[in-house]
Amino acid sequence: MSHTAKRTSRRTSRRTTERTGSLLWHVVVIVVVLIVIYPVIWMLGTSFKPATEIVTSNSPWPLHWTLHDFTSGWSANPGVTFGRFFVNSLVISVLAVVGTLFSCSLAAYAFSRLTFRGRSVMFAGMVATILLPYHVLIVPQYAIFKTFGWINTDLPLVAPKFLATEAFFIFLMVQFMRGVPREIDEAARIDGCGPYRTFLWVLLPLTRPALITSSIFSFIWTWNDFFTQLVYLNDKSKFTVPIGLSLFVDQTGMTSYGPMMAMSVLALLPVFLFFLAFQRLLVDGATSSGLKG
Amino acid sequence: MSSTAKLDVRPPRPPTAGRAPGRAKNSRGFADRTAGYVFLLPWFAGLAVFTVGPLLYSLYLSFTDYSLLQSPHWVGLANFREMFTSDPRFFHAARVTLVYVVVSVPVKLALALGVALLLNRRRRGIGVYRSLFYLPSLLGTSVAVALVWRSLFAQGGAVSDGLSSIGLPKTDFINSTTWALPAIILLACWQFGAPMVIFLAGLKQIPSELYDAVDVDGAGKWGRFRHITLPLLSPVIFFNVLLETINSFQAFTPSFIISNGTGGPADSTLFYTLYLYQRGFTDFRFGYASAMAWVLLAAVAILTALMFRVSRVWVFYGDGDNR
Repeated sequence: MSHTAKRTSRRTSRRTTERTGSLLWHVVVIVVVLIVIYPVIWMLGTSFKPATEIVTSNSPWPLHWTLHDFTSGWSANPGVTFGRFFVNSLVISVLAVVGTLFSCSLAAYAFSRLTFRGRSVMFAGMVATILLPYHVLIVPQYAIFKTFGWINTDLPLVAPKFLATEAFFIFLMVQFMRGVPREIDEAARIDGCGPYRTFLWVLLPLTRPALITSSIFSFIWTWNDFFTQLVYLNDKSKFTVPIGLSLFVDQTGMTSYGPMMAMSVLALLPVFLFFLAFQRLLVDGATSSGLKG
Repeated sequence: MSSTAKLDVRPPRPPTAGRAPGRAKNSRGFADRTAGYVFLLPWFAGLAVFTVGPLLYSLYLSFTDYSLLQSPHWVGLANFREMFTSDPRFFHAARVTLVYVVVSVPVKLALALGVALLLNRRRRGIGVYRSLFYLPSLLGTSVAVALVWRSLFAQGGAVSDGLSSIGLPKTDFINSTTWALPAIILLACWQFGAPMVIFLAGLKQIPSELYDAVDVDGAGKWGRFRHITLPLLSPVIFFNVLLETINSFQAFTPSFIISNGTGGPADSTLFYTLYLYQRGFTDFRFGYASAMAWVLLAAVAILTALMFRVSRVWVFYGDGDNR
């Protein structure tokens, strides 16, 4: 056997071990992914199962597909359908996004680009409010909103967002604006732009990825939020999707699983769609600012 | 967004850093100064009305008896005294929450680090896997997922059936005083994707030359992990520990949904936040709830300070300013 032949055979064998290593790795990762995603698959499968099958089989794959769970879940609550809950949730979430974008981008610009007295202290204070447990504020906020006459309206859920109470997003935008070269501001200044026009016409367009990320996170968090909505909304016609879903808990027995899972699937549908469309931005956003899910 | 997941709480560099201080007093500089406050106006208003104001008001309320119907009635330390001397449910709720935090945070972060190490290589499909692992973090806090969990772990649910098929006894996890809390802890651990993507970004920052160096020294896989990965990742680990700990003290939805708002069975899932909610919004004892909120705030603040203090011992900042 010649020298070169030996070397090539060694090289091919190394390549095959590399390939089997890679294959093994993919198998391991896919198994872990399946375990992690199983609850989601189970939810999807159950929502398309007839009631009898839910009791008899725990396989995530329905033997007989049906849409009955969706229709019965949709009108599970007498007097009000899930359609109303979806509209209510949508209104609150969209307003929250608008408010967050407006107020947080203004604050982020001030913190990342402007000089003024007390800036460092305020920045530290802003970061501290991110860590402040919300439950400390709920009782006094409730008392304040009660004197405003805002209980059982959308205002307690929406108005704070217009005043940059979600400091997470200020932080996320500041992190991003730090990456925008200062020379661009400088050029705008030389061209005669003041801070207001620089913000609106120069920095804001350049911050677009951070604005999109913030919008999606803000939407999903408001959409999924339960605690605040539970506290402030007490009229069935004002209920949102999470509260509508929580009403299923009172109905015990496995017969209600189908409609419950069907409505859960619908509730998570917007989150799924955002995830599919913007997964890269979402994961990068979560990475750069350490946001919770 | 390429910035690393470092807990960088320093304010950004001021834009006039290069300019002489005296020069800033020209008209442009003055405009800049007021502009800062103008841009922060909504934030100031929010801070005053929705954060600092309520914070101080709740401190006052914690020394009162207040049912929302009558004006607050000053009772001094009575709420705190009751909490610490004659309210067993308060201690119980504190213990449940502590168990939840102490178990769920390390397990969740260990999972996050493990999967991040698994994914930290150049392979096809990494992006898709990373996203799929992140998905539970987007869904996890929702009522929908809490309902899924409740169904999976209930009597005759998929988990109980699966375990009985391998010979273990059938268990109704949700109605068991032993297993209800572990089921909720598992739900928290399921959302390991968010810290995982942060770990992954941190791992990417470690220069490969360092690994080459220990390979020359003959370090095995464990040696590489112990002497390079762990110390260089320690700032990211600290960041994740801090964030996850603070967040998990505030968990509410899972315990509310899984126990149907009761914290049962037999208070075994009575989280601190759930008990606070019950005291405030079902018993209408807003003074007492405020006092509980301040105890929570104090506990979280002390714990945060402690974690920062301890971090000096184990967190390694590669740039040489290891305080």
